[in-house]
Amino acid sequence: MEIGVIFAGFGGQGILLAGKVLARAGMDQGFEVTWLPSYGPEMRGGTANCTVVIADEPVGSPIVDSPQILVAMNGPSFERFAPKVAPKGTIVANSSLISQGASRGDVRTLFIPMNEIAQDLGEPRCANMVALGATVKALGLLPLAAVIAAMEEELGARGREKLLAVNREALLRGYSLA
Amino acid sequence: MRVLMRGNEAMAEGAIRAGCRCYFCYPITPQGELVEYMARHLPRHGGVFLQAESEVAAINMVYGAAAAGVRTMTSSSSPGISLKMEGISYLAGARLPAVIVNVMRAGPGLGNIAPAQGDYFQATKGGGHGDYRLIVLAPSTVQEAAELVMLAFDLSDRYRVPAMILADGMLGQMMEPVELPEPIPPEKIPPRPWAVSGAKGRPPNVISSFDLDPYRFREILRALWDTYREIEEKEVRWEEYATEDAELVLVAYGTMGRICRTVVRRARKEGLRVGLFRPISLWPFPSEPLRKLAERVPVLLTVELSAGQMWEDVRLAVEGRAKTPFYGELGGVVPTPDEVLREVKKHVHS
Repeated sequence: MEIGVIFAGFGGQGILLAGKVLARAGMDQGFEVTWLPSYGPEMRGGTANCTVVIADEPVGSPIVDSPQILVAMNGPSFERFAPKVAPKGTIVANSSLISQGASRGDVRTLFIPMNEIAQDLGEPRCANMVALGATVKALGLLPLAAVIAAMEEELGARGREKLLAVNREALLRGYSLA
Repeated sequence: MRVLMRGNEAMAEGAIRAGCRCYFCYPITPQGELVEYMARHLPRHGGVFLQAESEVAAINMVYGAAAAGVRTMTSSSSPGISLKMEGISYLAGARLPAVIVNVMRAGPGLGNIAPAQGDYFQATKGGGHGDYRLIVLAPSTVQEAAELVMLAFDLSDRYRVPAMILADGMLGQMMEPVELPEPIPPEKIPPRPWAVSGAKGRPPNVISSFDLDPYRFREILRALWDTYREIEEKEVRWEEYATEDAELVLVAYGTMGRICRTVVRRARKEGLRVGLFRPISLWPFPSEPLRKLAERVPVLLTVELSAGQMWEDVRLAVEGRAKTPFYGELGGVVPTPDEVLREVKKHVHS
């Protein structure tokens, strides 16, 4: 078993963090994982993506040709990565910023208005956790509780219970919509 | 307990656990997290973190710390390593143990910060001037990055030869679970009777990389090359994966080595008998095991993120016993497993 997930969007959307939380949850559940960021001279608003591999044996390539799951947080990343998704794979698409319709019949595309949901929750920056919640459901491999625990570890926000609570809620909302 | 770490962080933590107590650097991407980690953690262990005014200053500080008997390290990326080369040659000439980490980017020149393996020649065949070698180790996973840094300190001490870790931007940036090795207790670090540590009560030591008398200098270098021969005998390291029945074996190291592991799995699923030979020590190069492999495997396909540098050592080792084609990418482009698999299929049939 080896599952590749690509998170893509623009810098500032929390793309790298969402991937890191997934990788950490995978590790905590005993899987082998890799997390590979796109790194470069980027700035806020530039492109950002990361690749997470979750496997039951040591991961070879941290680069994924065709991911089982694509998380596309904006239009350009949807256009760039949707053609690469493996047949029968899933695209978790942020309909708040993606106007295109489903481009492929052989994959499942979930349109979720992540920005609006995050706005509803009172924390626009937690759209990434809405995306991650939906991803975890689509993945069907990791318990949501493990992902929540990993998120709390990753944010390391002791004493910032309000922040953790809104991110937990975002994960739950995303999970319930997938 | 497994922790999720970047390759750069794991190398830094490995150095601290190996007893490195002086680290000198000049920042450069893609190894910035190594610098940051050392800045944050080394002082807590009683060590010295110093950001020098240049790469040249940093490597000469390493020379000074090593001469004083401290386990010491510097790290950089390709063009920064070029700047350090004079100092590295001096370390080799003066028989000082030290560890140098190169998180390679694509070159030549300023190049870019994407992963590449174009510094193989520089690392294994000189780089600096004069008749010397470095011990060169190439990690392929974040776990191995931590372990090989620790090994580099041990080997460098044992032979009084500087050691280089040859990593690349992908390994430096990616995160993977790591089971951190136990720290080396200070009493396990070999004593340094040669160090210039204060000559009270004993004759003074002299650390020098030269002797103006050619006959005396020849003896110094002969002793050095005797050490290199011993390293070649004892310190060759490599990994073989699915080579037993292989008709084609991929030869790749570092990041390319782990990508080729995925290629082997995909090829096997399609019924292609493909294996992997992954050099871990680039110097000493695993020539002998590769030669043995070439006696029973018809094709050894070298894959590198370069125009074919390790490929020369592969061909020297194999000496025509097998076909030795090459596949490489340039400029920081990293081939995906499927791209390598397409290349494999040009040479092997199901």
